[in-house]
Amino acid sequence: MAAFWQWFVAGGTILFVIWCVWLVSWSAKQGPQNVGDEELVGHKWDGDLEEWNNPAPKWWLYLYFITIAWAVGYMILFPGIGAFEGTLGWSSAKQYDDEMAAAAERYEPIYERFAEMDFQERMDDPDAQRLGASLYASYCTTCHGSDARGAVGYPNLTDDAWIWGSSEEQIYTTLMQGRNAIMPQLGAALGSDAGIDNMTNYVLSLSGAVEADAAAQAMQPMFVALCSACHGTDGKGNELLGSPNLTDDVWLYGGTAEDVRYTIENGRNGIMPAHGDLLGEDRARILAAYVASLSDDSPE
Amino acid sequence: MDTKSQYNDTVVRQFTIMVVVWGVVGMLVGVFIAAQLIWPALNFDLPFLTYSRLRPLHTNAVIFAFGGSALFATSYYVVQRTCHVRLAFDKLAAFTFWGWQLIILLAAITLPLGITQSKEYAELEWPIDLLIAVVWVAYAIVFFGTVIKRRVKHIYVANWFYGAFIITVAILHIFNNLAVPVTLTKSYQIYTGVIDSMMQWWYGHNAVGFFLTAGFLGMMYYFVPKQAGRPVYSYRLSVVHFWSLIAIYMWAGPHHLHYTSLPDWAQTLGMVFSVVLLAPSWGGMINGIMTLSGAWHKLRTDPILKFMIVSLSFYGMSTFEGPMMSIKTVNALSHYTNWTIGHVHSGALGWVAMMTIGSVYSLLPRLYNREAMYSTKLIDVHFWTSTIGVVLYAVSMWIAGVTEGLMWRAVNDDGTLTYSFVESLKAVEPYHGLRLLGGLVFISGMFIMVYNVYKTITAQKAVPVAVMDPA
Repeated sequence: MAAFWQWFVAGGTILFVIWCVWLVSWSAKQGPQNVGDEELVGHKWDGDLEEWNNPAPKWWLYLYFITIAWAVGYMILFPGIGAFEGTLGWSSAKQYDDEMAAAAERYEPIYERFAEMDFQERMDDPDAQRLGASLYASYCTTCHGSDARGAVGYPNLTDDAWIWGSSEEQIYTTLMQGRNAIMPQLGAALGSDAGIDNMTNYVLSLSGAVEADAAAQAMQPMFVALCSACHGTDGKGNELLGSPNLTDDVWLYGGTAEDVRYTIENGRNGIMPAHGDLLGEDRARILAAYVASLSDDSPE
Repeated sequence: MDTKSQYNDTVVRQFTIMVVVWGVVGMLVGVFIAAQLIWPALNFDLPFLTYSRLRPLHTNAVIFAFGGSALFATSYYVVQRTCHVRLAFDKLAAFTFWGWQLIILLAAITLPLGITQSKEYAELEWPIDLLIAVVWVAYAIVFFGTVIKRRVKHIYVANWFYGAFIITVAILHIFNNLAVPVTLTKSYQIYTGVIDSMMQWWYGHNAVGFFLTAGFLGMMYYFVPKQAGRPVYSYRLSVVHFWSLIAIYMWAGPHHLHYTSLPDWAQTLGMVFSVVLLAPSWGGMINGIMTLSGAWHKLRTDPILKFMIVSLSFYGMSTFEGPMMSIKTVNALSHYTNWTIGHVHSGALGWVAMMTIGSVYSLLPRLYNREAMYSTKLIDVHFWTSTIGVVLYAVSMWIAGVTEGLMWRAVNDDGTLTYSFVESLKAVEPYHGLRLLGGLVFISGMFIMVYNVYKTITAQKAVPVAVMDPA
């Protein structure tokens, strides 16, 4: 805060408190101090609207003064009056740092034991699994669901399809750094509705979902030209690029002809957010093992 | 008798009818989105029926359409009666009615279409904001024009509160909505980052403080002593709680931004002055309840007074709860939970709606040349539905909020969270159901009101009322 505004805020605050005190003191002193029906103020409106001038209840005045005194005390102890930081030296940033440090001191020893384990041991250890389940519930359920079966656009973690790979390092990297999978829109490149339809049929035929007719078969060179860079000429995908295997029956964005057509025409943008800052290395290792263990195909 | 010597009750009648209409509409939307929280399929996969678009429609409808119409109606009525003159500028007053209804209509169209500034309680886009500013200035001219030509020396306390509400809402609305238009339906705020948040909650909390508190205190200061037939308890208390309330509310906004990137000093000021606000708020409650005190026997026969006493009780309860929730330690538990929703509704249903309903029942017979509403018995039934409804609502949200707050902060021995978010959602589902029930009970009373109001206003023709000479 610039110096002028510091003083402006501080001065305004102090003057306002003084004004509050003056106002209540004024009211405490005004007029008769006893409650009685005869003390009408003497104004009259709309035929019968009148006012007494009873004193404010004593307890109410005390309440007012106590809250003001409390406010002043608080602003002496904590930051409040301009740039004055308060005598306790408290700040919200410091409170956060202190709490995080206290948590680190308390919880880090718990994680040391797991840090020494390897991937398989973490998958087998019941404590690590329980911890992993807690972490999963906090960080992953929003997108991947409480049952880890995902949703349209959010991968199912219980099947054996691993878009970005199922090794410890691959899952760990996915958690820590996040992933960004881009399926470009190919509507224009395919030129016509018929072209998109035929490509849709060709893609669906790779997993045996449909029989490719002649027109779809004819898209094979086009598939090599447009799709194979990511999905491979055989359509089995590429874990390095996060490009899904098109020959299995797992469809991230839906497996109906309509869904696949939409994906080809308009593209998709899949984002797994980075969790490195939230989890830290030790917890990410535990979570990686837990996620791996969810899969049908987890390494035995 | 020329019109100059008669009150302008036409605009009051128009606004009063719309209070009932918008009350039903706004609460219906509220009940519907409460049901969506239990059965998400109720959005029928239609964009304009999604929760995200209907929620601002609900808040705008109940605050600005229902509450706003109530404030227009009663302020126009009260300022004439307590200044002993006809309302200033008949045509301008008529313009405020049609202008305000047009704004509501535009809100009801644009919000479901997803046209929004994404600022809470200030969602409407810039062309509508401009229209609001114009109508509001017209409102100020009519109101203060009437005050200026009053035939009594002293300005009645209700008018202080209405006046403060009108001036402050103009300032809040204009400064919070400063934006650069891009197209007819899109603009960008001139504020960025944390300053935008600060402006938003300076506006947001003072919308509560002035629209939903000061304005309705104005209503309370006329209709409670009128209905009780007793003088206001303490002029002195009126003075001190008026000035302290309007001055201290201005500081309270940052308590919506605890533990955010808002600087610590600003968070502290928001918190401590929210706590200091307790006594000024209770000043209004004391003045209202002590005015009723001595007329307790009337509660047996007058359900309108019952509405008012329960309303004041909820006012006192909410204005205690608010300062407590603004304390950082409490806020760390309550923030982002349903507790906040419970707090808002004990204020909005308990205080604002019940004071409005009581005042409308008190006002309508006078506007339609009658001794009383068509059925006092039905007012009593309405009173009980309102009371039971708001209690169910508030209690269920308190339980849900504390449950969420505790579940979110629960930590296992290994430092991981005990519950995932969806578990906390599952835990509060029964309370979502109870809340829906509370809302249904509350709105059932509104339908009874519609019937009672219809029977009242169709039975007799309204006749002009002569301006009363000052005593």
